[in-house]
Amino acid sequence: MAAVASDDATARLALTDICKTFPGVVANDRVSLTLRPGEIHALLGENGAGKSTLVKIVYGVLRADSGEMRWNGQIVQVGSPAQARRLGIGMVFQHFSLFDSLTVAENIALGIDEKVPMRDLTERIGEVSAHYGLALDPGRHVHTLSVGERQRVEIVRCLLQNPSLLIMDEPTSVLTPQEADRLFETLRQLAAEGVTVLYISHKLEEIRALCEAATVLRGGRVVATCDPRTETARSLAQMMIGAELATPERGGADAAGNDRLTVRNLSLESEHPFGTPIRNVSLSVRAGEILGIAGVAGNGQPELLAALSGETLCEDADAILLDGRPVGRLGPRARRARGVCVVPEERMGQGTVPEMTLSENGFLSAYLRSGMLRQGLLQVRAMSRFASDIIQAYSVMAPGPAAAAGSLSGGNLQKFIIGREILQNPEILIAAHPTWGVDAGAAAAIQQALLDLAKAGAAVLVVSQDLDELFAISDRLAVICEGRLSASRLTRDTTVEQAGLLMGGMFDEAGEIVETHAA
Amino acid sequence: MLPRLEPRSGVSAAMMLLTPAIAVGLTLIAGVIMFAALGFDPGRALYTFFVKPVSTLYGVSELLVKATPLAVIGIGLALGFRANVWNIGAEGQFTLGAICGGGVALAFHGVESWLVLPAMAVAGILGGLAWGAIPAFLRVRFNANEILTSLMLTYVATLLLSYLVHGPWRDPEGLNFPESRMFEDSALLPVILDETRLSIAAPIALLIVLAGWVVLSRAFLGFQIKVVGQSPAAASYAGFSEKRLIWTVLCVSGALAGLAGMFEVSGPIGQLHPVVSPGYGFTAIIVAFLGRLHPVGVLFAALLIALSYLGGELAQIELKLPLALTGVFQGMLLFFLLGTDVLIRYRIRFRRRGARIALPQGG
Ligand SMILES: Nc1ncnc2c1ncn2[C@@H]1O[C@H](COP(=O)(O)OP(=O)(O)OP(=O)(O)O)[C@@H](O)[C@H]1O
Ligand SMILES: [Mg+2]
Repeated sequence: MAAVASDDATARLALTDICKTFPGVVANDRVSLTLRPGEIHALLGENGAGKSTLVKIVYGVLRADSGEMRWNGQIVQVGSPAQARRLGIGMVFQHFSLFDSLTVAENIALGIDEKVPMRDLTERIGEVSAHYGLALDPGRHVHTLSVGERQRVEIVRCLLQNPSLLIMDEPTSVLTPQEADRLFETLRQLAAEGVTVLYISHKLEEIRALCEAATVLRGGRVVATCDPRTETARSLAQMMIGAELATPERGGADAAGNDRLTVRNLSLESEHPFGTPIRNVSLSVRAGEILGIAGVAGNGQPELLAALSGETLCEDADAILLDGRPVGRLGPRARRARGVCVVPEERMGQGTVPEMTLSENGFLSAYLRSGMLRQGLLQVRAMSRFASDIIQAYSVMAPGPAAAAGSLSGGNLQKFIIGREILQNPEILIAAHPTWGVDAGAAAAIQQALLDLAKAGAAVLVVSQDLDELFAISDRLAVICEGRLSASRLTRDTTVEQAGLLMGGMFDEAGEIVETHAA
Repeated sequence: MLPRLEPRSGVSAAMMLLTPAIAVGLTLIAGVIMFAALGFDPGRALYTFFVKPVSTLYGVSELLVKATPLAVIGIGLALGFRANVWNIGAEGQFTLGAICGGGVALAFHGVESWLVLPAMAVAGILGGLAWGAIPAFLRVRFNANEILTSLMLTYVATLLLSYLVHGPWRDPEGLNFPESRMFEDSALLPVILDETRLSIAAPIALLIVLAGWVVLSRAFLGFQIKVVGQSPAAASYAGFSEKRLIWTVLCVSGALAGLAGMFEVSGPIGQLHPVVSPGYGFTAIIVAFLGRLHPVGVLFAALLIALSYLGGELAQIELKLPLALTGVFQGMLLFFLLGTDVLIRYRIRFRRRGARIALPQGG
């Protein structure tokens, strides 16, 4: 008893028996958690385990149904994020909340509670970003920033208020390995200064490298606590899922068939003033294979994806061919009618409409298929059946087809989108970051589904930052850098070092690796 | 201490439906206070304003006569607003519908044929549609803001009508009053309730409400409208053309407003005046929002707002209150509706001024 009391007394944050129910779901079930000053603590769990819900309660975005929260020993009720910030709690959300059309400094000014003259603020942003090595230009507009830089804005915004607890919800799922490494240095520095970090991630390797304690949630309950440094990624994953982890299996021989999707010398100006123009990109995806496109974010991936899906039209119809027929001037609907399905980059607001139900969101991209549209009228029953099929086949954790897409956890929404596209039996699938924010078990299932799809004869193109994933599933690999695409290489003949060179843009006009023979 | 709005964590759907009722309640309370301050017995004044107008069958029929154009226009506007297309110029589209419909009636003066009315309806629809298509073209082609263009076209339309009834279309036997001839019977909508002005326009309006409901809840068009309004990026991903939708909703809302204008001149008015509308086109904006941009809501909102027109007239006659009272009540209603809308989404917090921004130690 005495030990518990003294433990709680030194704890920065102590949660006891936190419960939170949403209609039809118990998101947190008597969760208890203790965080010490200067500790980097991981919160692990499958998609929908209740991690985001728990930290939103701590940050005052959601209110717990019951349970107690102590902050530095005192019982507190956090009614709003502003109050949490006053206590010294900062949070970086899973989905960012920045205004694209404002500058970095303006965004930060909006996010802090005090009115500070812009000049002082700019100065302080400069100081904080220098102190933590988080380079930021306060005058830049947010829409010109890469995802990693945007996250830096959010972090600096938190740090300006001098938090003693920093919560990060899946911060690295959108970062490049280099950006992630830099983030870890910052977090270690903060911890050394006494700041507590509560860290949510599905990347188990980085948790092993970064965190000294971990709490594992499953179905809203704490099922284990451990020291991740003494565990393996596999054992952590099994604690989360409570079962063995499957590894995706490749089909045997490469039985690639005809070219299905071909891009010929595609050049496109970006629609965004600070986007990356596409320069002379050529590629082809054959039936039965997976082509991976690697690359650091912000090198033209959104522009290339928009051109492939038809959201941006090409000047020249011949720049994109489907089965040898020009489609460069056709919009997304016409390309869908030809068997193209797309998993977009943004799952909220692009891949789904958050306020709409899963039935409606299933219909959103699948309206041409499965008899969901007849004579201009929605077939409600077919829509609901399709959504149920997705939920079942991809074990999406959701109360049912009538649930709003916005109420799903990040990873479950991703599973839903993947399921929606694959269940349409695409002949050509274009997938961006297919396993973004998805837990280890579900990631394996999604990768398996992509492999199976290719094996069944579809042409699959995967754009991802995750080299491990591309090495695991792709047959051929190409790299995009500053809007140019390297020639594709057989994945099994490519080393990680070669991929790294390509990602740094070390390829010539023909797209082949340039070997530098520096003295 | 500065008040400040803070988003609430969850907004319940029930509250969204309840706010119109709360807004009506608050408007009544404010009405009581206002009448009392003006020195009237609030009970009697409110009775005169809200109950007496509908205490007779004739009163009810007048209510429906006034609600008809509001509902017809409101449905079209709701479709557009759902897609974030802000057609503010329904008054102009209404006026153009009246001009075109009325023009056909005058052209066929002396012709007894059942074809006159359908021809007038088509002309009214086309007139309103054309007036809605101009902002659509300007928006799609030049990215001109439809709020401004549609509003400005309203003034063009009313001046055009004024010119016509002062000049070419003036009644030759009309003692120089700026009015057209009275329409012939064949150009007047059949009345469905004896001794009243209630015409077949009312049941047609009901059908339009139903059609709007089907479009929004079941039709692919309604689905696309909702997606464009809620997540433009999702619409573009799904392959819904935003341009086509802008064209569609502006043309549809223009056409409906035009039809309402034709109903008005071939129904209650029966000829062309310099002014054919007590602001139906603008009031329908309130109707659309009060009805939560939902067709059934629009129907109820149209009835309520129609009541405020009748109440204002009666209060003028019986209590000698200015007719502006109608506008005051409509304004209060919109004010309270928007206010409660904000307050269910945000809470008000008071906080002290002062910098509390600090740098990390050790820097
Ligand atoms: N606003 C909401 N309304 C209804 N249900 C919700 C809401 N927010 C979350 N849930 C449900 O609560 C459960 C926990 O969700 P939460 O977002 O906390 O998961 P998570 O652990 O963060 O998952 P992920 O790793 O996928 O982000 C899920 O089943 C989710 O569907
Ligand atoms: Mg989450």
